[in-house]
Amino acid sequence: MNLQHVNVKLLARDPEKVDLEPLIPIFHSWIANKVFEELLLDVADYRHVPAGPGVVLIGLQADYSVDNTGDRLGVRYNRKAALDGDNQECLRQAARAALTAFQLLENEPHLEGKLKFDGREIEVFVNDRLVAPNREATREAFRVDFQKFFEQLLGGGEFSLAYDTDPRRLFGLTLKTSRPFTVAELLQNLAV
Amino acid sequence: MKVSNSQWAAELAGKLPEAMARELGIFDTEVALRKQGKLDERLFAETRLRRGIYGQRYDNGHRHDGTKAQEIVYPSGSLTKGPHTMWDAPGMQRIKIPGGGMNAEQLETMADLAEEYSDGIAHVTTRQDFQLHYVHIEDTPSLMRRLAAANITTREACGNSVRNVTACPYAGVCQDEAFDVTPYSRALARFLLGHPDCQNFGRKFKPAFSGCWQHACGLTNMHDLGFIAKKHAENGKEKIGFEMYVGGGLGTVPYMAKLFDSFVPPEEILPLSQAIARVFGRLGEKKNRNRARIKFLVNDLGIEKFKELVLEERKTLTYDPRWTSYIADELRETETALRPAGAQPPAGSDAFERWRKNNIRPQKQDGYVTVTVALPLGDITSDQLRSLADIVRKFTKETIRTTVEQNFAIRWVSKTDLPELYKELQGADLGGPGAGTILDIVSCPGTDTCKLGISSSRGLSAELRKRLEEKSFQLDEAVQNLHIKVSGCFNSCGQHHVADLGFYGVSRKVGGFAVPHFQVVLGGEWEHNAGAYGLPVAAVPSKNIPQVVTRLTEHYVANRAGKETFKEFVKRVGKVELKKLVDDLTRPPAGDRSFFSDWGDPREYSLGDLGVGECAGEVVSSVEFDLAAAEREVFEAQLAFDAGDSGKAGDLAYYAMLHAAKALVKISFPNISDDEGLIVSEFRSRYYDTEKFFDPFVGGKFAQYFLDAHAKSKEPRTPDNTRYLIDEAQLFIDASHSCYNRLGTSVTV
Repeated sequence: MNLQHVNVKLLARDPEKVDLEPLIPIFHSWIANKVFEELLLDVADYRHVPAGPGVVLIGLQADYSVDNTGDRLGVRYNRKAALDGDNQECLRQAARAALTAFQLLENEPHLEGKLKFDGREIEVFVNDRLVAPNREATREAFRVDFQKFFEQLLGGGEFSLAYDTDPRRLFGLTLKTSRPFTVAELLQNLAV
Repeated sequence: MKVSNSQWAAELAGKLPEAMARELGIFDTEVALRKQGKLDERLFAETRLRRGIYGQRYDNGHRHDGTKAQEIVYPSGSLTKGPHTMWDAPGMQRIKIPGGGMNAEQLETMADLAEEYSDGIAHVTTRQDFQLHYVHIEDTPSLMRRLAAANITTREACGNSVRNVTACPYAGVCQDEAFDVTPYSRALARFLLGHPDCQNFGRKFKPAFSGCWQHACGLTNMHDLGFIAKKHAENGKEKIGFEMYVGGGLGTVPYMAKLFDSFVPPEEILPLSQAIARVFGRLGEKKNRNRARIKFLVNDLGIEKFKELVLEERKTLTYDPRWTSYIADELRETETALRPAGAQPPAGSDAFERWRKNNIRPQKQDGYVTVTVALPLGDITSDQLRSLADIVRKFTKETIRTTVEQNFAIRWVSKTDLPELYKELQGADLGGPGAGTILDIVSCPGTDTCKLGISSSRGLSAELRKRLEEKSFQLDEAVQNLHIKVSGCFNSCGQHHVADLGFYGVSRKVGGFAVPHFQVVLGGEWEHNAGAYGLPVAAVPSKNIPQVVTRLTEHYVANRAGKETFKEFVKRVGKVELKKLVDDLTRPPAGDRSFFSDWGDPREYSLGDLGVGECAGEVVSSVEFDLAAAEREVFEAQLAFDAGDSGKAGDLAYYAMLHAAKALVKISFPNISDDEGLIVSEFRSRYYDTEKFFDPFVGGKFAQYFLDAHAKSKEPRTPDNTRYLIDEAQLFIDASHSCYNRLGTSVTV
């Protein structure tokens, strides 16, 4: 099975301290300054929706957001366009994009250092129910891929995986690490 | 864009109605042909529109980033999906929900599609539809297949076709209805969908059903075709039927529907609708989109002549068994409760009581209530949709409908279940109070996603909602019951004309910069199926609108007489005094640059590139002064109209347009005289023939209002036509401001 439309969400530390409003001008400036290779198009503000997508930077190939789905605030990368490459490459690309965005936001003065990666939790899911229906067979089919990928991402660090088994929801899992990591560390591990 | 797009047809084979599968196969081919450049872009645009696929903002390949317009280089290059609409640009998918009726599986399907093809949000519209935004054109066939598998269509959700047939969401359970209109609305929706007599319209056609005359829920007065349930006695026997209305509509200039027949028996509603469709298709305007809605045809012909033509057409129709069989089919579909009727639960927590106060509506069936789930700005997440599906399965037989206030109504809830249901709604963040109150603001998408948006209606609505929520406990009861509705432009998708406090987006130039504004519209009525249309009172910078709301509502609370409604209050106090109340807010404070951007959008507001030379600076003040004078005149026209003097009102409205036109002509012809004919001819040659006045999206529509007003300036002024003329005058002046804004860099003296 080929993994496509991978989403990676890096959970934020102390979410109650994060004000989402400054993200709107920040994301507009990212569009104007073409900060990513992907084509960035618009900003969607859903702060009025509880436990919703938050503030979304809409792109053609992918969306970036500071997302509060499930009342779990984090920086999310949603890959919309198909990618060439094997499953490891698709996972790496999505993780790298989410981490890069988070790194930019951590260093963004307008956020006053309040948006920080919690260092321990990452959600990964596949946004296509036909590519990856949320059932045991899918979990089994991708188990090795995920294991290999997370070993690289954490540089061999210990971790546990928890799958969301509600068949109505997207196929996905939550990674929990045994020690905190920084965004820079994880990016470094992916570069290896 | 999805890799699974090629697989859905096989995956859903046999799960779609055959006709639907065939039709979607055709659309697949059309998408492929257009992608290869083998299908004309105009034809493709029409075919996608008829399937509910609209363009979105920035789809012309340009985006203003606050300092300059930037080109968007899409990977598919110059390939388009319609004139000036780039192939890769994300678009909007509208999804029809007849009468707003859904089941749990359909809610779940909507959740999946919002998540996979959009941005995780499904948006409920003011016509009970859903909209998904940022959808790629190549994903739409799969999206439609998945909808079709859940028995939902997008067919004729846009384009010049019969749009969603709306109906009161409380039909069948309302205590005040004559009878349940649901079966009739569904039968009409089924009958008109894809009907050959409905394929030749010059514009869209919107039908609506209401179970009563006094409430708002059906909004029949503002629809092209409206039905209100009615009972009457004939030879001692009670008969059911419909008051039938035609030719209503909001749009730029709102028209109140005209009574077509005071009692139409059920078996006649489908054939009469068919006859109306034929007359509209045959005689309705085709070339000029701006006069192509049926309201213009009805107005031009007069309701009596129109009716005569329809009844003649009716006689020519060959009998169609579906006229009655569709209704009979639908009458067999009855809704019932899942759980036993119950008694009113005892008082609960403060939060529960606040919710119960406005979100619960007793049904005519003892022991049951309808629960309104209030959605902020009509938005709901995929997770919430799934929770809602669980809730309607648990407490009802999946009886849920969308409403025209962009909410959901869960029907047939046993009173006993209210505390438990409330708890579950709260768990899904869907237990917010204030349904149908001032907190429950209706808004169109505006500049967020709409190509026609002028100001940020959603940004303003979110800000108003936030501020009102903070003080909702202290709000006077009279204020709590007001309705706020916001449109991003003059097209009325936010239904601003029928609100207590309505707003629509306009732009104004201040100190050489474009500033987002909203026209404040007062005097509308939501009840009585949208019983009265308001008129604009003043254009106020967007950032001052919250203060406008505060001042007007406080003034209402302090000065209302007895139980006077807001509409009655506006009429009694008068627009002059209310205008005075907000007069100082019509100008941004000097030096406050926050007024140059809109709510929720930090970019410097722009309708194009800006720049003012020194010489132009003098012209700025002169033109603005003249346009402001024209605006005053149109306001005076309103006052004369309110006083019952149509003659004076019509003249004032016409002269307001003339003076606005003169203001523009003066830019390049400073010494023009007051000769009306000269002003008109100079306006025509300098602004109409050159298309400088043309709106980017509606072309010469507003200029045509002025030219028509001049041509008819000596004709007698009827109340109806004067009412339209006042609206047209305001729109012409708004367009004059926009034109002047666009001239920004090129103005030289």
